[in-house]
Amino acid sequence: MTRETLDHKLQELLDDTLALGTIVEHAILHSVEALKARDIEMARKIYQKDKDINHKRFEIENGAIIAIATQQPMAMDLRILASVLDVAGELERIGDYAKGIALITIRMGDEPPIKPLIDIPKMAELTADMLHRALSAFVEYDAQKAVAIPEEDDQVDGLYNQVYRELLTYMISDPSTIDRATYLLWVAHNLERAADRVTNICERTIYIATGKRDEIDSSDDEALT
Amino acid sequence: MNKISIENLTLHYSDDKESLQNISLGIPANAITVIFGPAGGGKSTLLRVLNRLNDLTDVSFMKGRVLIDNEDILDPRLDVITLRRRVGMVFARPVVLPMSIRQNLTYGLEVAGEKDKSKMDAAIERSLIQAALWDEVRDRLNDPAAALSGGQQQRLCLARVLALEPEVILLDEPTSGLDPISTGKVEESLQELKKTYTIVLVPHSVQQAARAADYAAFFLQGELVEFAQGDKLFTNPTDKRTQDYVEGRFG
Repeated sequence: MTRETLDHKLQELLDDTLALGTIVEHAILHSVEALKARDIEMARKIYQKDKDINHKRFEIENGAIIAIATQQPMAMDLRILASVLDVAGELERIGDYAKGIALITIRMGDEPPIKPLIDIPKMAELTADMLHRALSAFVEYDAQKAVAIPEEDDQVDGLYNQVYRELLTYMISDPSTIDRATYLLWVAHNLERAADRVTNICERTIYIATGKRDEIDSSDDEALT
Repeated sequence: MNKISIENLTLHYSDDKESLQNISLGIPANAITVIFGPAGGGKSTLLRVLNRLNDLTDVSFMKGRVLIDNEDILDPRLDVITLRRRVGMVFARPVVLPMSIRQNLTYGLEVAGEKDKSKMDAAIERSLIQAALWDEVRDRLNDPAAALSGGQQQRLCLARVLALEPEVILLDEPTSGLDPISTGKVEESLQELKKTYTIVLVPHSVQQAARAADYAAFFLQGELVEFAQGDKLFTNPTDKRTQDYVEGRFG
């Protein structure tokens, strides 16, 4: 085994993961911007962009599989490659949430908004910021940085609950808003899920650095909170 | 349950080339324990201690104990022939005797006093099956062993050890001269054999160490750096030196 080949390959995969992360981060932010501005054209672009995200994810996956097959990595190298496979999958799923939000914007068309969007863009910003820092920690194998990020997921969860209650109030007081409110509820739910997946990325960083597999946040499940 | 207990074993050769420094290690029964590390780390020395092959080499200093089933095998009163029957060894290069395949297997039994032909036939079949060679040689047991391929010869050497029904099998880079298919066959038969025997393997590569190890001991310059279950040691080693070695950063 030549170290240089493997080191080079690992660096390349981490760079690619970071690049994919940037695309996904923008997709999340732009999907909510499009929703806020009711910009259907922008939403369509985001929807299309998901194909690129999926493609890049497979490229990373392929690179990692080839590195495992040809370089027989061990110890931390192996943990990095296994984690790259996992994180590329998480990013692809976060990309799907952005695509889902874009689809809602397209479906909503020019229906009048039921309320100005305040908490949902906040959720998007928090999630994108968490994702950004989680990926920086990931490519630096920085467990200390990674372990602090999931705590912020509580803020996203808090905003989600707030949005949920507020939209419920709209629906109860005026059943004609049910369709539009449900759309927004989906958007909030997608963002809440995206932030949970950021937590998974942080768990991977801790695994690379320490070899320990600890679930950081037990609220990370598919059930509605 | 440990079959072999090595307690504070220190050994120096007179030329100081390779040595063991205060090694303590328990080798579990019915498992493959892999001893690995860079050249000159003490792997082969340790293996040779386990069936007293070092008796013939120039050891200038040795202390500590090596217990097999609680019996100290370094005791000078111990019968070495009996020990070597209990602790068989397969070397890197297959050395077949210039005889037929059958005679290669019966030679040891005859020396050990076995005369019953049906018992010998049974031992031949059993040991060849265990070494994953039976199907390839069953119809030509009287052919000269030297006519076998390298991989077959190595499995014959393994069968020769197995014919004597040892308790422990030591293997010193048994597949270093074999092609990948023969290597695979030997590795597979080890997985079967560990159900019955205690196996100590010095592998020829880190990859083989990782494939084979139930337990792994990393040796560096005569020191036991780390001993752990294979699953743990090759994915998450504790010592930085182990990590660097398995990741190919030196050695």
